[in-house]
Amino acid sequence: MIALLIRDLKLALRAGGGFGLGLAFFLIVTVLVPFAVGPETGLLARIAPGILWLGALLACLLSLDRIFALDWEDGTLDLMATAPLPMEAIVTLKALAHWLTTGLPLVLAAPLFGLLMSLPGEGYLWLVLSLAIGTPALSVLGTFGAALTVGLKRGGLLLSLLVLPLYVPTLIFGAEVARRGAQGLAVEAPLLLLAGITCGSIALLPFASAAVLRVNLR
Amino acid sequence: MASIWEYANPRKFIRTTDVVLPWVTAAAVLCLVGGLIWGFFFTPEDYRQGSTVKIIYLHVPSALMAINGWLMMLAASLIWIVRRHHVSALAARAAAPVGATMTLIALITGAIWGQPMWGTWWAWDPRLTSFLILFLFYLGYMALWAAIENDDTAADLTSVLCLVGSVFALLSRYAVNFWNQGLHQGATLSMDKQENIADIFWYPLLVCMAGFILLFLALVLLRTRTEIRARRMRALLARERLG
Repeated sequence: MIALLIRDLKLALRAGGGFGLGLAFFLIVTVLVPFAVGPETGLLARIAPGILWLGALLACLLSLDRIFALDWEDGTLDLMATAPLPMEAIVTLKALAHWLTTGLPLVLAAPLFGLLMSLPGEGYLWLVLSLAIGTPALSVLGTFGAALTVGLKRGGLLLSLLVLPLYVPTLIFGAEVARRGAQGLAVEAPLLLLAGITCGSIALLPFASAAVLRVNLR
Repeated sequence: MASIWEYANPRKFIRTTDVVLPWVTAAAVLCLVGGLIWGFFFTPEDYRQGSTVKIIYLHVPSALMAINGWLMMLAASLIWIVRRHHVSALAARAAAPVGATMTLIALITGAIWGQPMWGTWWAWDPRLTSFLILFLFYLGYMALWAAIENDDTAADLTSVLCLVGSVFALLSRYAVNFWNQGLHQGATLSMDKQENIADIFWYPLLVCMAGFILLFLALVLLRTRTEIRARRMRALLARERLG
């Protein structure tokens, strides 16, 4: 299991793995927003939590089709399926690797981008916390979407159509935590609900992902 | 004792629906024409909303079937996963466009009603938003069906998507409540409330709802029959090419 995780991480880190692409995309989105809505500090501060969450979500989405695509093309996925490791574990590890290479850098870089968006001072902690709690759910949901579309020629667009509606609850609660945090309001309720969604997704979705992956490998 | 699973046999299904479908269609037409004419021309105008209230005879039944259409797909998907009856998978596939259309009708009639009443075509109200999300789920479901070539694979994948999607559609339904307080009025038809819709609007509405349910049923049966026949035709063509 560990070996598989390390392999995925190495593949992502080395050239062509696309590590950092998500981060660069996040940066571009953050830079483009002030051009679109104007550089007014008050306005930027008000929309900053939502924009940062949306940027993180899109950056996550962008890298989803890489989760299984390469392993599918060269047949590694078939080998993994015949390995003694259960499919659920493979799927969970893939999601974990995706989170470590996409979600975690986003979480760590978020304060910097918050600075660009003139996020109010009390918002940083809650932004980082909400992203740290919420992005694992995005990775797990995205793995499910990637498993659904793995065999398709042009699965990318379909993947976003399938995954984006699934992201709605996570986005609502995550952005709500960040928004309330930035305005100095109580954040417990959305934070707990966000954590609930993440825990529920991590606990249950690998079974669904493994089931569809088995169908696709049939 | 005949079991319900007998109808999972496509031949039996076709033969039964041969008999049932004309009746269901006739009943749907009768209920819809009767209910809509009753509702549009023989009910008084609401003292506050004027004649716009009458759009309720399209809006409420289509919203009802938008949600129940998804539930029917969920049930059919479960049957496919558990018992692997092909008719069930095809019925789920057949129901999706009908349900999506119902969702669209509910959204559009709601917008037409909302413009004079709320002064806006669209508001990010929880109910409106969750219907839009439901519509997106329908779109994703249909797109996945269309994208996969192998029928059995497509049936398996869409069933799982339907299960997961149901959970998240439900989650979204309550999450949007949290996110914005609503403009939409509460339920007018709950069983346990004193203040419901007045009887004079209620009876034609009931007929319209029955009409929409029958219409949904008729369309799904028709589309399922079409799917079964299309598949049989493909099988025959393949056999001919081989032989």
